[in-house]
Amino acid sequence: MSRTYFLSSVPPALRGWVLPALILLFWWWAVASGWSTSPLLVSPAAVWDRALQQITSGDLWTALSASLWRNARGFLLGSSAGLAVGVLLGWSRWAERLVGPSFHTLKQISLFAWIPMLSMWFGLGDGAKVAFIAMAAFFPMVLNTYEGLRSVPREYIEVGRVYGFGLWQQLTRVIAPSAAPSVFTGLQLALIYSWLATLGSEYLMASGAGIGNTLIDGREHFQMDLVLFGVAVIGLVGYALNAFTAALERRLLAWRDRTVARY
Amino acid sequence: MSSNFGATVSLPPSSAPALRAWRPRWRLPLQWLWAWPFPLAVLLLWHLSSALGWAPEQVLPPPAQVFRTFADMVASGEIWSNLTISLVRVFTGFGIGLLGGLVLGSVMGLSPTARDYLYPLFKAFAQVPVIGWLPLLMLLVGIDEALKFLLIAKATLVPVTLNTCQGIQGVPNRFIEVARVYGFTRWQMLTRVVFPAATAPIWNGVRYGLTHAWLALVVVELLASSEGIGFLIVYGRQLFQLDVVLASVLAVGIVGFAIDKLLSLTEAWLLRWRRPGL
Repeated sequence: MSRTYFLSSVPPALRGWVLPALILLFWWWAVASGWSTSPLLVSPAAVWDRALQQITSGDLWTALSASLWRNARGFLLGSSAGLAVGVLLGWSRWAERLVGPSFHTLKQISLFAWIPMLSMWFGLGDGAKVAFIAMAAFFPMVLNTYEGLRSVPREYIEVGRVYGFGLWQQLTRVIAPSAAPSVFTGLQLALIYSWLATLGSEYLMASGAGIGNTLIDGREHFQMDLVLFGVAVIGLVGYALNAFTAALERRLLAWRDRTVARY
Repeated sequence: MSSNFGATVSLPPSSAPALRAWRPRWRLPLQWLWAWPFPLAVLLLWHLSSALGWAPEQVLPPPAQVFRTFADMVASGEIWSNLTISLVRVFTGFGIGLLGGLVLGSVMGLSPTARDYLYPLFKAFAQVPVIGWLPLLMLLVGIDEALKFLLIAKATLVPVTLNTCQGIQGVPNRFIEVARVYGFTRWQMLTRVVFPAATAPIWNGVRYGLTHAWLALVVVELLASSEGIGFLIVYGRQLFQLDVVLASVLAVGIVGFAIDKLLSLTEAWLLRWRRPGL
């Protein structure tokens, strides 16, 4: 009973910090007391120093900007191609019948299995990496665009026709707004997948700069502090990408909150 | 082309409800036939490109050779032995992740206090993808089986935990109230009300979990393995035997397809009680 009392006596806002603080404390203690002498057990201070060194020397910036630039190109390429194919599949029943099943089958192949093929076709340079990132962004984008278009309620289109909307008006006033949330989900997934693909391509085609290369280097030289720092950077970038799309969604799809049709 | 679009958009012809799941509809044999021209055309183009020497064989082996290699690898047992190793890894890791995810998700879903303590750390852990943890774990546990199990378990744990937690929190209050009225014990409340009501979202998590597990397996085997289906791909690549690579990719696709089918069959069985309801 007293233990439960202790757990609930901590103010809710601070509860999330208890476990991380305990882990940090244990980590610090494990190094300081010499509990383990493994060379892999670096102190929290060493990781901090490494972080400072990476930031001030510009190494982090070089790696991160290379990764993000790669990511952006692949993402733009893949998501715009995915949008086009998704619209085609969603609009034309013929396209869906002809290409849909093939697409659905192709999607079953685990994405990373393509890397060795791509490296053969595009070389080990940036081309293959960008092509792979584009593939990663392509699939979720197609799926969600297709579903967005297909789930436009027929009634909406009928109302549009009653008002005598032309094709352009149907598209901009009815179909696009109605499909937008699903398309946006696709965009969000495409961004996450392309970030994963960026890391994967940098591991498997380890040439040039990139945050994935930083991690692989750290592992090869048994520099635990560098690896831990890299993991933290990857987490932060992922977090920033998520926060960015969430903010964008709130802004672009703000009209959803103002309509009556909010369930 | 645009007029064709216009016709399709402004009036969806007779049947087909507006909201449909993305799934090939196997019931109509005629629909099924339409699926073939496109892949056959691609196959033909592929065949022509190697037959006419557009692409050198080292870069793109002819399809017939890929299928022959695939058949050879099946016959010699090379595919099976590697696939068995991979599947054992996937299901062991998946099992660990599933169990951990169900427990962690239930605890966080049922107790707000536990959620306050655990959720931020879990969120930070989930934020770094499997592929980000890989180099760290390679340093810590080496490249043995433990590495594969841990990473696949992580890939499973995250979606299962999230969906279980949200599913349990999403159980409508009125269900709980009815159960209170009937004087259900805590155990009855969990087994008769909370978990059945949360089955659909939990199942969703399991589904994502298995898909992510398979994805993680391929990554781990590509990067750190000396056997398994992912290793076959890397091995073929290193020897510049692209027919081996493509045959292994084919095997990866078939297993992915089989996992997907297995999941939808299980789903139909698991949620069968929902059918007659609405």
